Amino acid sequence: MTFTSTRRAILGTVAAAALLAAGAAPAAAADPIKIGSVVSATGSTAFLGDPEAKTLKLVAEQINAKGGILGRPIELILYDDGGDANKARTFATRLVEDDGVVAMVGGTSTGATMAMIPVFEDAEIPFISLAGAIEIIDPVNPFVFKTPHTDKTACMKIFEDMKARGLTKIGMISGTDGFGKSMRNQCMNVIGDYGIEVLVDESYGPTDADMTPQLNKIKNTEGVQAVVNPGFGQGPAIVTRNYAQLGLTVPLYQSHGVASKSFIELAGKAAEGVRLPAPALLIADKLADDDKQKPVVSAYKQAYETATGQPVSTFGGYAYDGLSLLAAAIEKAGSDDPAAIRDAIEATNGYVGVTGIYTMSAEDHLGLGTESFHLLRIENGDWVPEAAAK
Amino acid sequence: MSEFLQLLISGLTVGAVYALVALGFTLIYNASDVINFAQGDFVMIGGMGTVFLMAAGLSLPIAALIAVLGAVIVGLLLHRLAIEPARGASPVTLIMITIGASIFIRGAAQIVFDKQFHTLPAFSGADPINIAGAAILPQSLWVLAGAIILFVALYLFLTRTLTGKALIATAANRLAARLVGINVRVMLGLAFGLSAAMGALAGILVAPITLTRYDIGLIFALKGFAAAMVGGMGSPQGALVGGLLIGILEAFGAGYISSAYKDAVAFLAILLVLFVMPRGLFGSKSVERV
Repeated sequence: MTFTSTRRAILGTVAAAALLAAGAAPAAAADPIKIGSVVSATGSTAFLGDPEAKTLKLVAEQINAKGGILGRPIELILYDDGGDANKARTFATRLVEDDGVVAMVGGTSTGATMAMIPVFEDAEIPFISLAGAIEIIDPVNPFVFKTPHTDKTACMKIFEDMKARGLTKIGMISGTDGFGKSMRNQCMNVIGDYGIEVLVDESYGPTDADMTPQLNKIKNTEGVQAVVNPGFGQGPAIVTRNYAQLGLTVPLYQSHGVASKSFIELAGKAAEGVRLPAPALLIADKLADDDKQKPVVSAYKQAYETATGQPVSTFGGYAYDGLSLLAAAIEKAGSDDPAAIRDAIEATNGYVGVTGIYTMSAEDHLGLGTESFHLLRIENGDWVPEAAAK
Repeated sequence: MSEFLQLLISGLTVGAVYALVALGFTLIYNASDVINFAQGDFVMIGGMGTVFLMAAGLSLPIAALIAVLGAVIVGLLLHRLAIEPARGASPVTLIMITIGASIFIRGAAQIVFDKQFHTLPAFSGADPINIAGAAILPQSLWVLAGAIILFVALYLFLTRTLTGKALIATAANRLAARLVGINVRVMLGLAFGLSAAMGALAGILVAPITLTRYDIGLIFALKGFAAAMVGGMGSPQGALVGGLLIGILEAFGAGYISSAYKDAVAFLAILLVLFVMPRGLFGSKSVERV
């Protein structure tokens, strides 16, 4: 299923034809730059893909309203894989072989991204992924980039904060879902660099209804100074509630997987004092006035909320960064040749996005460090940036 | 000691919900020979219905009442539209019908409600009570008390009222029941309505602790089914003991052994019970019709 509006295409053609007839526009203006995208706008990961699809359409409209790139409009060819990696792969092939795109932004899940990478690698077309896992860009593939921070960065941000507060002995409780498992492993990989030690390492199933047994074990472990919970969905909310129930008082760190208002609602009073790394978008109105990201974040938030009537999500932010970054790269390359675009993306330096400030290189196809995260504390049912964590 | 108590209460709370779901399985199985895999979805309808009715401005008791009635209507429709037209079909066909119904209910719930997680406020505060060093949520007591009251009420209904006795008679022998003038169709509908009401009540009681979502019924159906199997499919006492046993085993497994094997502990128990006592702990020939 394609979201490209045929009606708009017809209108565009008619308008272009009218302009041509009037002799007002050069022929090149009607020749759009084709950018492909495959996201999971429906299916089980629709809560990620739906804001992505809406954002991509919004950004494309914004770019065209400003006269396009290099004086040419962009044409966004958007497919919905319904959360199915096999379909994503089919659409990727279609984008390359039939639609003739010059670059690609998309891939909602890590699974879909990994399935599509070989297609774009073979065709030597740059691909900016919107998925989280670190294996997308590590090892570096010359044509593959991504915009969301990795779970490794989140772990590093948490450990930096712990180190600053002198917490060195911790307990872990992680979800056994893909996100929780992957982040737990990333945390274990980098934890040594911070001199922090894991005394107790527990887990819970994504559909578990009660985590008191695991937390009780952590509570009864001598010397635990803080607890980290990599997880996603309702699990972390139940962990937070049980944590308060058992009267655990050491700091609780959640991951960026819970960075949404619904987490505070679900965890209720128990959420007070929880600390987590989160992107700037979450605290758009609380950013300092001299914060470089503030204008970008506020503009995106306002545009998205006006256009869709829904609150922004960090996932839409990844799509915003993906397409904007690509547009900037095409502008800089001065051509729509895939190889030139690729080189320009890799040379991205200090690009201010919604998610962070990107500086890429031949070794780093993400370009975000721990400074792209803000460490937040939950206070009175709202996010409060932790100044000490800066 | 405090750890033991903590794990015990934690296990009993979740186990009580498994037991109520298992009891729903038992009621329907006894009356109609159907293993109703949509049983867990009644739990979801109870919880989600109450959440949305409260969001619409109703008070908790009113919202809960309407949600339970809603579940009963869904239960009756399930019987009338899906089970009854397939009368005489093989048990496997009937199981497939209920699985299909469960998928349908979940799909409809996504549209009627939404795809987000929701929670209900705790009935009497969220401050844990300290009992011998174990922190217990007041809501856990609500769940346990609610489960006990439902069991007793059901027991009294089945043994002390004429309608209840007619239901037992239908379960024991449908043909004989019809011969003595019992309206078997009404009795089967009653069994579906009752199990739906029990599932929905369980869902409302437990929603403040476990949260609820359109697809929460699946896991409760699986665990409730396991509880019914351990206890002996068809035995109400078995449903109670099986549910509590699985809840406690899960909690102790996660607390004393390893959380990595939590689900394995419960399923190991089922295998063990089924190997040693194929009819389950309380299964006996008396509930089986030939």
